[in-house]
Amino acid sequence: MAGAALLGRLTWLVAEVVDAVQETPRVRTLVLEADGWAGHRAGQHLDVRLTAEGGYQAERSYSIASAPGEPLGITIELLDDGEVSPYLVEEVRDGDRFELRGPIGGYFVWDGSGDAPVLLIAGGSGVAPLMSMIRHRAAIGSRTPTRLLYSSRSWDDVIYRAELEQPAGGLEVVHTLTRSQPSGWTGYARRIDAELLGEVAWPASEGPRVFICGSTRFVDAAADGLVAMGYPPLSIRTERFGATG
Amino acid sequence: MKTEAMKVDGNAIGGLLIEIFGTDVTGSIGVCGSCGAEDYVATLEVYMRAPGVVGRCKTCGAVMIRIVRSETRTWLDLSGTRTIEIVES
Amino acid sequence: MSIISRGFRGRGRDGPPDRVPPGQYVTDDFPVLSAGPTPRTPLDQWTFSITGGAEPVSWTWDELRALPSEEITKDIHCVTKWSKLDTSWEGVSVDTLLEAVEHEAAYVMAFCDGGYTTNLPLEDVSDGKAWVAYTYGGEPLDPEHGGPARLLVPHLYFWKSAKWVRSLDLRDEDEPGFWESNGYHIRGDPWLEQRYWGD
Repeated sequence: MAGAALLGRLTWLVAEVVDAVQETPRVRTLVLEADGWAGHRAGQHLDVRLTAEGGYQAERSYSIASAPGEPLGITIELLDDGEVSPYLVEEVRDGDRFELRGPIGGYFVWDGSGDAPVLLIAGGSGVAPLMSMIRHRAAIGSRTPTRLLYSSRSWDDVIYRAELEQPAGGLEVVHTLTRSQPSGWTGYARRIDAELLGEVAWPASEGPRVFICGSTRFVDAAADGLVAMGYPPLSIRTERFGATG
Repeated sequence: MKTEAMKVDGNAIGGLLIEIFGTDVTGSIGVCGSCGAEDYVATLEVYMRAPGVVGRCKTCGAVMIRIVRSETRTWLDLSGTRTIEIVES
Repeated sequence: MSIISRGFRGRGRDGPPDRVPPGQYVTDDFPVLSAGPTPRTPLDQWTFSITGGAEPVSWTWDELRALPSEEITKDIHCVTKWSKLDTSWEGVSVDTLLEAVEHEAAYVMAFCDGGYTTNLPLEDVSDGKAWVAYTYGGEPLDPEHGGPARLLVPHLYFWKSAKWVRSLDLRDEDEPGFWESNGYHIRGDPWLEQRYWGD
């Protein structure tokens, strides 16, 4: 299994921005080209390193939102006090370069198949790695029963909204909008709680696999709620990100 | 920023751990030396700027891993981890 | 040499060299660094002790607050390279606390809620160089920044200013604390850039 492809995972590669997609007012996807990029599995992330004149460096991790085989894309949310996210969301333009390494993560991955149903739970920009899984599942024509429960502040904050309105291959999408809802909204309008999970998640007896991604607080609440429903802890995989931006 | 907001999990240090172990270990199982709980390295409660890196057992909170890096040296303390089973992929 | 990313700037700025040690940048934030969850000891259970002397001595929260205190304004320097200038604190000088104990120790080890420890030579916590601080910026010290009280030793890297401090143990020998035993410098003088072990 050794060889040049593995070495590419350890070293920093130079990436060039080839496209920037404004997903929502505060969220942008950067499409990247990097010589030596060996591809990824759905759910993995990469590390980005920025170097300023004078040598100051900052590193951050971002989930890969694109499906394996598609052009490499990472989705970044602008955090107000952030040091890196304002640069990536507001400043960066086509042709700009920075370093990346990856793909990283063998735990939070799904190859899109399997008989057991799959529940994906996203908090805000935590939807990015789950979107990679969703896109990969569609690309391989999988019929694994899959449901996305996606919590956003408002309809305008829903990332990949148009794509999720055309779910492929039987994917079910359930939104909850926690701060404001469009007029006429009949969907969930609150943070995920036990009752909401009880209505959206499969019963534990169906043996679902679960992937949850979001802030630490969001992930802990959702995971605890499922465990309280009888989900075995090992059936739930989680990825927590902090508020550093 | 609240400490709870800063706390992440083992996924966040996946790249750093590749540099140390030579392979991705987020999907490897670690056994806590304090309470014996077995769980994926990805589930460690990780404090990333502590000023070094501290990974704590999700079950009991004990320190399982500490990492400090200078430009040229890395210090690794795994004394809080009884064993870690690394499956090479 | 890594490629420079056009237009990327770190958040810090250079500061006056007589106030900013080598390798540091100045920030207006007050970053929170922590090795674990924020401990929360109720004040009616909180005590501060000095052990290892002729007799252990201990103060309750009210007793500590009744001791003579000082307002100090100091620059602080974190080993992660940020410096914050003119931070204002209020607390009890460690000299005041040490007056209550007979001892011949040369070193102290600070013990904190949550299990953190850090070691210092006695001379680095004497003669007006260290405090047990409970007010920052005119307000009670926030738990995220070490409240109800933290050790404050501004002339050394800030990992020595142990948050949630509960006791100082007087010792004859210098033993490394939590970070000193895992790569950080035994003393941590920012003006000598003593960041890592053996620097």
